[in-house]
Amino acid sequence: MMVDQVVIPALKILIVLNAVLVGVTFMVLLERKVIAWTQARLGPMRVGPYGVLQPIADVVKLMTKEDITPVKADRWVFSVAPLIALIPALIVFAVIPFGPEVSLFGRQVALYITDLNVGLLYVVSVASIGVYGIILAGWASNSKFPLLASLRASAQLISYEVAVTMTLVSMIVSAGTLSMVGIVNAQESQQVWYLFVQPLAFFIFFVGGLAETNRAPFDMPEAEQELTGGFHTEYSGMRFALFFLAEYANMIVVSAVATTLFLGGWLRPFPNVAALSFLDLVPAWCWFLAKTFVFLYIFLWVRATLPRYRYDQLMRLGWKVLIPLAIANVVVSGLVKVLL
Amino acid sequence: MGEWLLFYAFSLVAILASALVIGQRNPMYSVLLLVASFGASAGLYVQLDAPFVAVTQIIVYAGAVMVLFLYVVMLLNQPREDASEWDRTHPLRRPGLARLGAILAALLVVELGWALVRSGTLGAFTGDTSSLASVRTIGQVMFSDYVFAFEATSVLILAALVGGVYLAHREGSR
Amino acid sequence: MPQEFVPIVLFLLVAIGFAGVTLLPSRLLQTNKYNKVKLDPYECGIQPATDARDRYSIRYYLVAMLFVIFDVETVFMFPWAVILEELGWFGLIEMMVFLFILVVGFVYAWKKGALEWA
Repeated sequence: MMVDQVVIPALKILIVLNAVLVGVTFMVLLERKVIAWTQARLGPMRVGPYGVLQPIADVVKLMTKEDITPVKADRWVFSVAPLIALIPALIVFAVIPFGPEVSLFGRQVALYITDLNVGLLYVVSVASIGVYGIILAGWASNSKFPLLASLRASAQLISYEVAVTMTLVSMIVSAGTLSMVGIVNAQESQQVWYLFVQPLAFFIFFVGGLAETNRAPFDMPEAEQELTGGFHTEYSGMRFALFFLAEYANMIVVSAVATTLFLGGWLRPFPNVAALSFLDLVPAWCWFLAKTFVFLYIFLWVRATLPRYRYDQLMRLGWKVLIPLAIANVVVSGLVKVLL
Repeated sequence: MGEWLLFYAFSLVAILASALVIGQRNPMYSVLLLVASFGASAGLYVQLDAPFVAVTQIIVYAGAVMVLFLYVVMLLNQPREDASEWDRTHPLRRPGLARLGAILAALLVVELGWALVRSGTLGAFTGDTSSLASVRTIGQVMFSDYVFAFEATSVLILAALVGGVYLAHREGSR
Repeated sequence: MPQEFVPIVLFLLVAIGFAGVTLLPSRLLQTNKYNKVKLDPYECGIQPATDARDRYSIRYYLVAMLFVIFDVETVFMFPWAVILEELGWFGLIEMMVFLFILVVGFVYAWKKGALEWA
């Protein structure tokens, strides 16, 4: 009783938390490497062979840096803001389905922390709290650049949240359930990845995902040329590291949710082709991680390739292109669902 | 045991935070405390087997309405509601109105007391609650029995949208 | 509390604990040498002349308000999406009426220039 309810979830939470932390640190390295390769450079090479120990050096550096709280800052809100940014980014992982139920040491263990029947709405609700971290960081700093950047960043986040949430509605129309595990199961029983059913939804979700994680080409909040360091200009040391952690954890979240919704989660490629059933030899969670990694790579690729949007262009894209498209997509999805 | 502990934890946070919302001089803190209070009541909804209500509470109130409040606080840039600078001649501060406010406040306390006393006499719902608040059930009821209310809501939202755009536009086009 | 929410409460506690604990070792490792200039707000090296918390463009407020409205609309659409299969044509028409009224408001906001940033 106690084991099933508390001990096993607690173990899973610790495993997932550690995986996310390791994932984030090596994402940072991968990002520097990928961008270096696209620019025909080598990237970090000094720490360890090919620079693979660079993330550890970064962590040590951030740990030993002093925490600065500017004199004009609001001390309380200033210290709490990084936590408000990070905690939602972590607890979203509670509903990410990494794999189906498997038997492990003679016990049925599900490869997800929990399966809520409002799973997708849980993701939306927790993600909507993350915006406070940004607004509060800028406001509490009481410094011009962070404040402007946080206003911009939060307006960007909430604008794209509308389009993304509406897109999720059309995904729910296809799946008929809000449970994350249920959505993967629906793709299994319908024998198709939703990427092929809802390509427009995938496009909106991906563009919105880039904007919601403040990534290039929508990295307006960190537009160095206009806003120096963005909303965390005044932060240093570990507090800055927490913002960094939150940003990269959010990238992983968006990739994992995209994998679940559009790429069939833990299902192997082409679940409808029986001839490929030898692919089932690979454990399901490996497929999940591989697909998530593809998304993460695309994040870096996009950053290395595309120039930054201008702020008015960004808002126009969000409100005048993505939202009308999302509404149209809901209407069409509904029509198709009822007609078929 | 754990159930009760969580219930009291959520309730305590909700009540304390709400009380502090009124007690704060800095409106920014008030907004944050109100968010905390909403979060705690979302926890209470989950305990009542109403997860959909809980997530909706977070998405709409904590995630959207309070962001709007934060923006308003930041845009007005009124760091402190300082008692000494209150405009004594403001129409809302006339003695008659103040008395009306006092009466309303007293009425609220009486109402709350009455509700608390009455809640003891009401029998608790004993049927199967697990299916009552699921998204499915909410949808079925909302889109069959309450169609009219649902459609009327959209007109309400439209009115809010038009009103907001009109007000902001007048400001912006100056 | 429904069983499936227990891990979420656990995760929340773990996340809060983690965020708090990571700040501790750096407190012990870091050297603190503060001076007045270092603690000033960053303003590209010059003395901050005015308070940062100035009044800002009304557009941010407008965006937040449109966001609240659309968010409320979307929340209504989730239960509909889940049971659309059972509702059939009647449900679809209901939502189309709802969405039509939303789109009327959207077009109004668009024509009034509320979606214009520059």
